[in-house]
Amino acid sequence: MKGFGVSKAVTALMLAGLVLLPLYSQLSGNIFILTLFTRIVILALAAASLNLIMGYGSMMSFGHAAYLGIGGYAVGILAQEGVGSGFIQFPVALAASAAYALVIGALSLRTRGVYFIMITLAFAQMAYYVASGLARYGGDDGLTVYKRSDFSGLINLSNRTQFYYLCLACLLGVIFLIWRIANSRFGLVVQGLRSNEQRMQAIGFPAKRYQLACFVISGTMCGLAGALLANNTDFVSPAVMYWTRSGDLMVMVILGGMGTLFGPVMGAVVYLLLEEFLSQITEYWALFMGPLLLLIVLFGRGGIMGLLGRVGRG
Amino acid sequence: MAEPLLRVEKLVRRFGGITATDNVSLDVASGELHAIIGPNGAGKTTLIAQLTGHLEPHSGSVSLGGRDITYLPAYRRCALGLARSFQITSLLLDFTAADNVALAAQAHAGTSFRFFANARKEKALRDAARAALDRVGLLHRADVVVSRLSHGERRELELAVALASKPKLLLLDEPMAGLGVTESQRMVKLLQELRKDVSIVLVEHDMPAVFALADRISVLVYGRVIASGDPAAIRQNEEVKRAYLGDQHVVTHHG
Repeated sequence: MKGFGVSKAVTALMLAGLVLLPLYSQLSGNIFILTLFTRIVILALAAASLNLIMGYGSMMSFGHAAYLGIGGYAVGILAQEGVGSGFIQFPVALAASAAYALVIGALSLRTRGVYFIMITLAFAQMAYYVASGLARYGGDDGLTVYKRSDFSGLINLSNRTQFYYLCLACLLGVIFLIWRIANSRFGLVVQGLRSNEQRMQAIGFPAKRYQLACFVISGTMCGLAGALLANNTDFVSPAVMYWTRSGDLMVMVILGGMGTLFGPVMGAVVYLLLEEFLSQITEYWALFMGPLLLLIVLFGRGGIMGLLGRVGRG
Repeated sequence: MAEPLLRVEKLVRRFGGITATDNVSLDVASGELHAIIGPNGAGKTTLIAQLTGHLEPHSGSVSLGGRDITYLPAYRRCALGLARSFQITSLLLDFTAADNVALAAQAHAGTSFRFFANARKEKALRDAARAALDRVGLLHRADVVVSRLSHGERRELELAVALASKPKLLLLDEPMAGLGVTESQRMVKLLQELRKDVSIVLVEHDMPAVFALADRISVLVYGRVIASGDPAAIRQNEEVKRAYLGDQHVVTHHG
């Protein structure tokens, strides 16, 4: 029980830090840190959505970055075509992500294990090349979003602080949803399938439709991250869908702790801060990042959350 | 005679050149405990797999309560009232005993596409789980994670899970497998209780248990039913004695 306390305390500390960050940025005049953390919060949202299928559902999707692109392109393309309202852009981004997830999921879930990993990867790479071929929308070079989503006075996305809080609210909202889902009838079925699919079928649950629904929910959540990311960078390009980005998301989830509520957030914060910090010191930052990740994964089963739990138990 | 609860007709299943299920026909009447015995390799597991929907037969049919279920997937058969236990214990190891049973109850109580309300606080499901655990004598272990239960307790939990789906027919695949003497005796007692409420197909190696429990016994050898009848008739059957040659005493001395 004490171990539970330590990871809870660290999580609370991290959340308090995230909430108070704009204040610190304002007082210290450090604008860069707010920009950095906006990106961290958005990618934490993407990692949390991946955790829903990876951690709770044991579906190792290696193509989750596709939704970042789909959400982003929905915003970018609509903006270019003169539809600037966020009330249209965001729902379209979510709907497009859900539709993509439904098709990809229905096809991918016919496979298991390594094949599932490879097929989700393949579909994401297809999405990447489709985006590269969109000559009208920048092709390889990407698409600049000249004006951020317009929420008609409700919230101004061009204001750094307001935008940061919007992203943070989305992250916390998604985590709240995942928490409810995990304990719901649906969530128990999905976790039961992770544990023993044969037994769940024998009890009377058709596995695939639950897994597909979970896959679609996860993809939709990640589409939201994509829409936010395009607003954050004022730019969307095929690169956000590249397989290395999908890998980054997986690393964040595993690093933080699969199947834990706040693990992916922790993973995203640690991973992206390390990347930022190490890349300032040396050009060869990846050389240090690799072994560091290896150590955590090797000695910290269950990621940072698992490690904190054990530290607490002594 | 009324329509039997389970009717298997001329079931055939081959693996390459081997006919693992060779023209098997058998009926299980409502309220009956029907045991299926046979030496190792007789095709009992193959037969069970076709009854539960894990394996498709090459020909023949299986019907439950008059309805053809030969090609229905496992989860649909379960909805129609067919529950099973596994020869090798198959449970959700990282869930508590109560969660395992409650999920089985949940599968038969409305849709599971509910995303928001806490399922562990649904009183009807929890009560059903506790009732089923109580019947198998596991109520005091309700909140223990399955991976920490003993083998004997897991076998009992398998039964509770099967019961929670309120089945018409229970398919028990070697429920005594791996149990010690006292545990086996408890299991026999438990099955004696259960058979009052539910029809049972019992596949079992433990001959004393089979002869103590069964209304009827079908003997499977090389995929064929060589005899079917009440325990006394099976004990006298010459062909059965021959099939069990070497451990003949198994059939003649117990019961």
